[in-house]
Amino acid sequence: MSDEDDDIILSELDDEELVQQMFDDLYDGLKDEIMEGVNILLDRGWAPYRVLTDALVGGMKIVGDDFRDGILFVPEVLLAANAMKGGMSILKPLLAETGAPTIGKMVIGTVKGDIHDIGKNLVSMMMEGAGFEVVDLGINNPVEDYLDALDKEKADILGMSALLTTTMPYMKVVIDTLIEQGKRDDYIVLVGGAPLNEEFGKAIGADAYCRDAAVAVETAKTMVQRRHNRLSA
Amino acid sequence: MSNLLSRLLESRDWLLADGATGTNLFDMGLMSGDAPELWNESEPDKVRALYRGAVEAGSDLFLTNSFGANASRLQLHDAQDRAHELSRIAAEIGREIADASGREVVVAGSVGPTGDIMEPVGSLTHARAVEIFHEQAEGLKAGGADVLWLETISAPEEFRAAAEGFALAEMPWCGTMSFDTAGRTMMGVTSAAMVELVQSLPNPPIAFGANCGTGASDLLRTVLGFTAARPDLPVIAKGNAGIPKYVDGHIHYDGTPELMADYAVLARNCGARIIGGCCGTKPEHLAKMRAALEAQTPGERPTLEQIVDALGPFSSDTDGTEEGAAADAASGRRRSSRRRRAS
Repeated sequence: MSDEDDDIILSELDDEELVQQMFDDLYDGLKDEIMEGVNILLDRGWAPYRVLTDALVGGMKIVGDDFRDGILFVPEVLLAANAMKGGMSILKPLLAETGAPTIGKMVIGTVKGDIHDIGKNLVSMMMEGAGFEVVDLGINNPVEDYLDALDKEKADILGMSALLTTTMPYMKVVIDTLIEQGKRDDYIVLVGGAPLNEEFGKAIGADAYCRDAAVAVETAKTMVQRRHNRLSA
Repeated sequence: MSNLLSRLLESRDWLLADGATGTNLFDMGLMSGDAPELWNESEPDKVRALYRGAVEAGSDLFLTNSFGANASRLQLHDAQDRAHELSRIAAEIGREIADASGREVVVAGSVGPTGDIMEPVGSLTHARAVEIFHEQAEGLKAGGADVLWLETISAPEEFRAAAEGFALAEMPWCGTMSFDTAGRTMMGVTSAAMVELVQSLPNPPIAFGANCGTGASDLLRTVLGFTAARPDLPVIAKGNAGIPKYVDGHIHYDGTPELMADYAVLARNCGARIIGGCCGTKPEHLAKMRAALEAQTPGERPTLEQIVDALGPFSSDTDGTEEGAAADAASGRRRSSRRRRAS
């Protein structure tokens, strides 16, 4: 890009310009710049929750949309998510102090036998980027680990990921166990992974199959909203 | 080169590869979550049956049961020290079946991805990746594989690291990537970009292509992308038998043997020379594919519309090779980048 663009001083931008610049910097995966931007906004008296939603979540939404539309791919999204994480590392303790609301809580992990966690990590980061609380169980989770975590964390959502045809049937084992224990309706169950499709998701009894991380975030938002409406009705 | 695959490619217009490994092993009782590679030791007769199924259906080439036999993936089953050994046994059983077949059949040593993301985005270093691939390559070589067969790769860095590991083992190889994200690999590689990638390697593969992904139609669009770039190397097509469905506790792929026979003929018309299936492809599919390839004469290069008519719709409108796509990516559609700070 042109030389003058190299000289942008974040602290000299007004709030609106700075937020726009942070959108661009998130898109480009510039972690240091994002952390600087977060600190500037906090210094200017922005509430941590406002920094999160207006600057970071807003920026990640653009990343998510372009990922969904096939304009960005996994490497770029991982870099953006890494920049987001930098910003979150500043905001997280502040958010906890102020007791800011979270949209919902998700327990996520790849199923037993599957170590392919790229998709799961993306979902995890994009969900955090959208303001969800995420408990990441990592790879290779037997059914007990999912159930223990759901219980302990009082989660709203269970996310399961599998990349291999040899591991995807295990998702049904987990869902069947939830049904057996009478807990299936306590959670929104989302599944994802390259070999899966909507029909598979339905057949094993998940609430939805999510094609990619951006779709997972949208689906989670809609379903949590619907659940809240139902509970308050 | 004196390897069997290169010799067959010189004398034959097309070769039939094999079908699925996972799908067929499930049918023999493999449980979800278990490592298929451990069966090389504990259930060798079932691995023999897997290989024999492909050979008896007419495959000229089959892949060994070693897709996940690398140190990174075996760690999950606490067998990270057994990559060489399990790869070797997979190839030994393959050698036995190929040699007993009474004709020339290529034993291709399957090498799948590590499952890790490479630097700088991920944590796997280039040096470690090369080491992992080299170890598996030596095992497959010791077991008597004719060639190595890299498959289901998404990242160009990982593809290059594998090529380097294979060079260290001094083995000829083939390599396929999986194009499952809007016509690109998960990491954004287009068919045209893969052609550039393979031709830039110091030890290029004997043949390259696509496997798995999202159904037979998408795979053939990718093959058209390869052959449009007029590569020097033969092209491989190994597509799934339709899409996975869950029926009575099993994964069932909805592609019939008849559909896969149409796919095989179209794949050849698209310019592929090594044609096989991936997930969901069983011996009955392979037999029909072989019969169709033998019965029909090669036809015109199909259009995208003809592929859709025969095999069903694509999973995405475009695949990144359409006119202007590269320019879009470089400027217009991408938002980026108002600035790059000097670092």
